[in-house]
Amino acid sequence: MDYFAQQLINGLVLGSIYGLIAIGYTMVYGIVGMINFAHGDVFMIGGFIALITFLILVSFGLTAIPLILLVVLLVSMAITALYGWTIERIAYRPLRHSFRLAPMLSAIGMSFVLTNYSQVAQGARVKPIPPFITGGYTLHESPDGFVIQLSNIQIMVVVTTIVLLAIFTWLVSRTRLGRDMRACEQDQTMAALLGVDVDRTISMTFVIGAALAAVAGLMYLLYYGLVDFFMGFVAGIKAFTAAVLGGIGSLPGAMLGGLAIGLIETFWSAYFSVEYKDVAAFSILIVVLIFMPTGLLGRPEVEKV
Amino acid sequence: MTAKPATGIPSLLKTAFVNALIALVLFSLMVGIRTEAGSDGQLTYVTRFGELASLVAIVFGGSIVIELLRQWIGPTGTEKLVPPAIQSGMSFVGRYLAPALLIFTLLVPVIFYDQRYILDLGILVLTYVMLGWGLNVVVGLAGLLDLGYVAFYAVGAYSYALLATNFGWSFWVCLPLAGILAAFWGVLLGFPVLRLRGDYLAIVTLAFGEIIRLVIINWQELTGGPNGVTGIPRPSFFGIPLDNSDDGLAARLGIEYSATHRIVFLFYVILALALLTNWVTIRLRRLPIGRAWEALREDEVACRALGINTTTTKLTAFATGAMFGGFAGAFFATRQGFISPESFTFQESALVLAIVVLGGMGSQLGVALAALTMIGGFELFRGLETYRMLVFGMAMVLIMIWRPRGLIGHRAPTVYLTKAQAISSDLVKEGHG
Repeated sequence: MDYFAQQLINGLVLGSIYGLIAIGYTMVYGIVGMINFAHGDVFMIGGFIALITFLILVSFGLTAIPLILLVVLLVSMAITALYGWTIERIAYRPLRHSFRLAPMLSAIGMSFVLTNYSQVAQGARVKPIPPFITGGYTLHESPDGFVIQLSNIQIMVVVTTIVLLAIFTWLVSRTRLGRDMRACEQDQTMAALLGVDVDRTISMTFVIGAALAAVAGLMYLLYYGLVDFFMGFVAGIKAFTAAVLGGIGSLPGAMLGGLAIGLIETFWSAYFSVEYKDVAAFSILIVVLIFMPTGLLGRPEVEKV
Repeated sequence: MTAKPATGIPSLLKTAFVNALIALVLFSLMVGIRTEAGSDGQLTYVTRFGELASLVAIVFGGSIVIELLRQWIGPTGTEKLVPPAIQSGMSFVGRYLAPALLIFTLLVPVIFYDQRYILDLGILVLTYVMLGWGLNVVVGLAGLLDLGYVAFYAVGAYSYALLATNFGWSFWVCLPLAGILAAFWGVLLGFPVLRLRGDYLAIVTLAFGEIIRLVIINWQELTGGPNGVTGIPRPSFFGIPLDNSDDGLAARLGIEYSATHRIVFLFYVILALALLTNWVTIRLRRLPIGRAWEALREDEVACRALGINTTTTKLTAFATGAMFGGFAGAFFATRQGFISPESFTFQESALVLAIVVLGGMGSQLGVALAALTMIGGFELFRGLETYRMLVFGMAMVLIMIWRPRGLIGHRAPTVYLTKAQAISSDLVKEGHG
C-alpha cells in the first residue's frame, strides 16, 4: 500500500509534466487542425534555455533560490515562446490552407531542425545540473521501514501545474484572447468576418503552447536534473499520446491524458518491467482508441455529406 | 518573416532588422553560450558571441534577399486543371522520362562498374524507391496516413535475419515469408485502426512503430536487443553462392572473382523488387480493389453507400503496403549482413513518408524522383556530418512550402468519361483516415 502511494505520487508528477506539453499539442490541433510534431522539441529547447539561464545566474553569484527560479522561468518562457512564434511563422503559416499532410511534414522537418540545431549548438552529451531544490517531507513511515516521500520538487511541479492550469483556463474562458481562440476553433472564416484577427490568434496559440512547454522543460530539468538534445522526441510522443488519449482538441482531456500516461508508465515500471513501460503506454492508447475512437473526452467527429 | 508587403528600401530594411532582432533573441542563449562539462564534472559555459553575431548577420542579409526575391517573382496563382500546353509537355516528359530512367538504372552497374560508392548509393536509393512505392499504396492510394511504416520494414528484416541465422534458410525462401509476415502484421495493425480517422490513425500507427522497435530492443533472447543480429547470410544466385569458393558463381563461369559481382547482383535484385512493387501497384490500381482504395480516399461515406466493404479495403491496403515493406526489409538485412533496432527509428518512417508526399502522393514516377532527390541530396551533404540532419530538416520544410503538393503535381485518373486527362492534384482528396 505504501509502495502504491509512493508510485501514485511519482506518477502524478510525471503526468503533470506530460500534461503541460500535451496542452500545447491539443491547443494547436484544436485551432489549426494539425499535429505540431515540433512541439516536443520546443519543450526540449525550453529545458536547454532554462539550463543555460540557470548556469549564467549561478555564475554571477546569485544564491537566492526563489529569485533564480523566477528569472529562469520567465526567461525560458519568453524565449521559448518566441521559438514557438517563429516556427509557426516560418513553417506553418505558408501552409495553412494547404492540404493536411503538408504542414505535418513541415512540422516533422522542423522537429529534425530543432533536434539537430541543439545538438550542433550544445553538443550531444547529457547536460546534468546538481540537485537544486532538495528536501521534502516524509508522509508516512510503515513499520517495515518503507517511507513515503514527497519531495519539495514534486510539490513544486504539481503546484506549478495547477496554478498554470488555473491561469490558462481563465485565459481561455474569460479573456478576449480566449474568446478569439474558441471562435477560430469553430470557424476561422466566420471569426475573421466578425473581426477576429485569425493570424494573430493562431500566433498567440503557438506562443502560449510554447510557453507552457518551456515550463514543462524547466520542471523536467529540475525533477530529473538533466537535459539532452534528444529528450524532445520521446517526451513529445508521450505528450502527443496523452493528448490523443484525452481526446485531441479538448483541454481538460489533455491534462487527463497526461496524468493517465504518467500513471500508466510509473505503475508499469513499478510492478512489471521498466523496459516495457512505453510499450504499455502505447498499447493502452491503442486499446482505448478501439473502444473510444475519439479519446476519453473528445467529441465524436460528425461527417456531413 | 513579417507578412506585410515591403515596398521600397526603408521597409525592406525594417523587416530585415526586425528579423535580425528576433534571431538575436532566439540564438542568444542557444548559440551564444555553449555548455561544457567542466574539469570537476560540473557544467560550465563558454561564450560564442562571434558565431552569434555572424548568424544574426546571415539572418539580416538573408531576409533582405528573400524579400527582394519575393517582390521580383510576385505572387503565384494556383491552377486547377493543368493547361493544355503544360499537359502535353507533361505527357511528353511522362512518356519518355520513366523509360529513360529505367534504361539508365538498368545500365548503372555497367557504367559505374568500378565505382563501388555509386553502386552502393544506387542500391540505397532503390531501397527507398521501393519503400516509397510500398507506402504509396497505403497513403497515396487508400489515403490512410501511416506514420509507422518502418515497423513492417523491421519485421521483414528481422524475419529474414532470424530465419537465416537460426535455421539457415536461404534468402529466396525467406523473401516471400518476410513479405507474408509483414503483411500479417499489417493486418494486425489494420484491425484496431479500422474505426479511427485522421490524426488518431496517425498516432496509432506511430505508436505501433514504436512498440515494434521497443520490443525488438528489449526482447534480447530473440533479437539480440540493441546489439542486433550479426552474420546474416548473403543472398545466393539461385543456390550458387557469390563468393570466392570453388563452387562460387565466378569459378563456375570461369571468370575471375571480384567482390563487385555481389554488389551488382544486389543492385539488380532490389531493382527487380522495386519494379515488382511498381508493376503490382499499377495493375492493382486498375483492379476493383485498387479502385476501391482510391474511392475510399475520396469519400468513405459514399464508398459505404455504394456497398464497398471498407473493412477489407482498408485491411488489404495495409497488408499490401506492409508486404512490400517486408520485402524491402529482407533485402536490407541481406545487403547489410547486420541489423539493429537503430535502423528502424521514427526518422525512417518520416523519411519514407516525406518521399511519398514529395513525390506527389500517388504518382509512381514522382516517388522515384523524390527518393532520388532526398537520398541523393542526403548523401551529397555527407561531408557536413552533424549538420547533415539540420540541413535535411530545413530542406524538408522548404520543399513543403515551395511545393506542398509534391514534385509531380498532377494525376492521371484510371477511370474517365471520354478522354484521359491529367488533373491537378489539388482536386484529389487525401482521405480522412
